Amino acid sequence: MTIREMIDRFSLRVEAEGSDGGQTLAGCYIGDLLSRVISRGRPGGVWITIMNNVNVAAVALLADIPCIVLAEGVEPSQELREKCADEGIFLLSSERSAYELAAAFARAQA
Amino acid sequence: MKLYYDFHIHSCLSLCAEDDMTPANVAGMASLAQLDTFALTDHQSSKNCPACAFHAGEYGLLFVPGMELCTREEVHVLCLFAETDDALAFTGYVGERLLVHPPAEKRALWRQTIMLPGDVPQGEEPLWLGSAADIGIYETARLVREAGGLAIPAHIDRPSSSLLANLGLYDPGMGFSLCEVTAGCDVKRLLAEHPDVRGLRFIRGSDAHELASIADRRYYLEVEERTPQAVLRALTQT
Repeated sequence: MTIREMIDRFSLRVEAEGSDGGQTLAGCYIGDLLSRVISRGRPGGVWITIMNNVNVAAVALLADIPCIVLAEGVEPSQELREKCADEGIFLLSSERSAYELAAAFARAQA
Repeated sequence: MKLYYDFHIHSCLSLCAEDDMTPANVAGMASLAQLDTFALTDHQSSKNCPACAFHAGEYGLLFVPGMELCTREEVHVLCLFAETDDALAFTGYVGERLLVHPPAEKRALWRQTIMLPGDVPQGEEPLWLGSAADIGIYETARLVREAGGLAIPAHIDRPSSSLLANLGLYDPGMGFSLCEVTAGCDVKRLLAEHPDVRGLRFIRGSDAHELASIADRRYYLEVEERTPQAVLRALTQT
């Protein structure tokens, strides 16, 4: 599934437009402790989190994550939106929980 | 005597601070703000404290060496020391416990400049100070005390990277005697929402990452004498 397809299928809000919506997502990781995400996140995958501070963009960049989904209706700071747009990282959001989003992702992969 | 303070300021050694937060500029701005004392608290490191101590001395300010520790739980904790050598020794201890070491090809993504007095760059910190350290929140107060310092959970009212945001509540078993709140914190409301922090005393810090954010002469501490030791004693006892 590509990033663009995931946005459409899961009705995600686009908070910041990334550079390559046609990229196929390589996996999924859920986490809020940034150091865990850096060491365990899936390069090329989607990262689901409730963290919304500007460090999130830096972590995605370090971990080669092209796409972040903010779960549970969490809204990003303007700083995070701008940083993601600058770095070409998709910043998306949803009212659904991290579990629901990841379950939907797994079903779409099946 | 009264000392007006700001014990939470970052320099250009912190990833997220502006480049013009050099040790000399920080000391100069603290002087302009008419503070009597301030601490330099970069993420996971006190390596700009020697230069900052020099410039604080030139401006006649009382300098308190420090760092902002990021624990395993990604809780930020101010660590203030009486002696710069103790702060640097603790910096070595923390550096050995950093959890994340990004690959060399990512190095161009950040700047962490260590300065000599006179704002002469000494070099770039090779460790990535954005990493958490493998030090648990329950051992932090004791470890910092044994290292000659005082640990103070930082900006506990902030929605991220704070003790209350990351751990949900304060447990007296963590052993802190005071905590820091942000400049704009409504302490009454905080106490109403978090009765668990009622036993703690509060200080305010600017968490300045840019020169204009350094606190004005507003918050003060009563100390017996004008030394870092007396500042730490006052923070521990008042």
